[in-house]
Amino acid sequence: MTILKHELRQGKTALLIWTAAISLLLTVCILIFPEMQGDMDAMGELFSSMGSFTAAFRMDRLNMGTLPGFYAVECGNILGLGGAFFASLAGVSLLSKEEKDKTAEFLLTHPVSRARIVTEKLTALLLQITGMNLILLALALLSMGLIGEDIPWKEVLLLHGAYFLLQLESACICFGVSAFLRRGGAGIGIGLAAMLYFLNLVANMTDHLKFLKAITPFGYCEGADILAQGRLNAGYMTVGILFACIGAGAAYGKYTGKDIH
Amino acid sequence: MNAIEIRDLTKYYGKTRGIEQISLTVRRGAFYGFIGPNGAGKSTTLRTLLGLIRPSSGSARIYGLDIGKEREKILARVGYLPSEVSFYPGTRVKDVLKLSADLHRRDCRKTGRLLCERLQLDESRKVDELSFGNRKKTAIVCALQHEPELLILDEPTGGLDPLMQREFFEILRERNKAGATVFLSSHILEEIQHNCTDAAMIKAGAILTEGSVAKLLGTGTKRVSIRGSAHCGSLAGVKDFHLTREGADFLYSGDMNALMRTVSEGDIQDITVTEPDLEEIFLHYYERGGEEYDHPKA
Repeated sequence: MTILKHELRQGKTALLIWTAAISLLLTVCILIFPEMQGDMDAMGELFSSMGSFTAAFRMDRLNMGTLPGFYAVECGNILGLGGAFFASLAGVSLLSKEEKDKTAEFLLTHPVSRARIVTEKLTALLLQITGMNLILLALALLSMGLIGEDIPWKEVLLLHGAYFLLQLESACICFGVSAFLRRGGAGIGIGLAAMLYFLNLVANMTDHLKFLKAITPFGYCEGADILAQGRLNAGYMTVGILFACIGAGAAYGKYTGKDIH
Repeated sequence: MNAIEIRDLTKYYGKTRGIEQISLTVRRGAFYGFIGPNGAGKSTTLRTLLGLIRPSSGSARIYGLDIGKEREKILARVGYLPSEVSFYPGTRVKDVLKLSADLHRRDCRKTGRLLCERLQLDESRKVDELSFGNRKKTAIVCALQHEPELLILDEPTGGLDPLMQREFFEILRERNKAGATVFLSSHILEEIQHNCTDAAMIKAGAILTEGSVAKLLGTGTKRVSIRGSAHCGSLAGVKDFHLTREGADFLYSGDMNALMRTVSEGDIQDITVTEPDLEEIFLHYYERGGEEYDHPKA
């Protein structure tokens, strides 16, 4: 528990900043919805006639004039990208920072097994992501209440659930990568999250590349599919959970036998 | 049971040599010095003992426990001071000390406070603002506060001023008297000579010699300085011979009568014969490989 508490303390500032930033964008987006709603019919036509751009963001299949449709596009991107960036950054630095900052020599010469260090660090990471998502969900629901809309519980919970899983997956993959690094991996973390995001956009644009949806966690976070089907894609999610497990497993496998320089 | 037993320990970093077939024994209660120049393999040996890196071959035991299999049990009994000290950013000295104590699952506040007082370390300071010396002191307290049976110290005095060095060695001597084993690496011979009971010399990844400091010093070799002229250069057992402005200076491990006879035939104003210090012996090992010292002729 010592390392878990230590990690939570160390990551506190970054978590607060990211949570504040995503919360701000998310709530502002919801709060401006009533103003946007009137223009949405006209805008809807515009959004649905922008070719590949429309396809990439699935705006042809979402009714931006309703709160669930609007939330799925606008807030989905904020929560999706913001959350993925935070999760990837937090995950990719968690093990590598000890070697980068040369604190590994301090930590690893105490009577704690390396497996325990990995476990406590991973737990801290998952707790941070969970905490952030609970705050974001509460603020989203609160904002929807504030604008006087009926809360689309099912859609909101499904969307948030999907993005939560996306963050866990990104975090676990990056955590696995972290075990192999000796320097900071911020670039790798951001790059990986951005790549997964764009893979989904590309997959949306052409049917030939639809298989990419199975690889990227943004595949099971697609608002249009979630709203249309009323559930998450179990197949994509299974692949996502598998990737997360491989990431976490790689962290244990590598870090427990790694030479620390 | 010995504190440390190293058998044929070898570590290669890819194709680069770290250490090669190192064997040495540190008995319980010893104050053991590990001397060698930078890059000789001192840190590699220490870091392998602590399980930070895995040996390519060979084995080592600390208090009979295998360094590969029983790492945590070993680390619970060891205090380690790294040569380069880094702590978590944004923390204070007391946070670091508490973290270290918590990781040892011990309440070390009393000992920690005493050590901080003796080393004049302010526990409320932020580690980011500490000088190199004060960071070192923080690491020293971390290594000592849980009162370990074995202290592994890598270049411990770097960054400490002479007064602090004296205090630090005083603390180490107290711990040693109370039963702790001290294993310290250094390239400062004086440090080893004045504090250690035993020592090993390492060069290019291999142990050159190992034994008590008294034995290493007592190789029968003398440092001879003469003022005047005498034909000493050709005597058997003369090493490190060089002419000075007033005469000559050399290490001598040959027959003393032969030296006296040669000197008496010359024109001598003054002669001094002293014990060479460890540094001289050490430098000699490094320059020539040390064969003569393994088989002193005198």
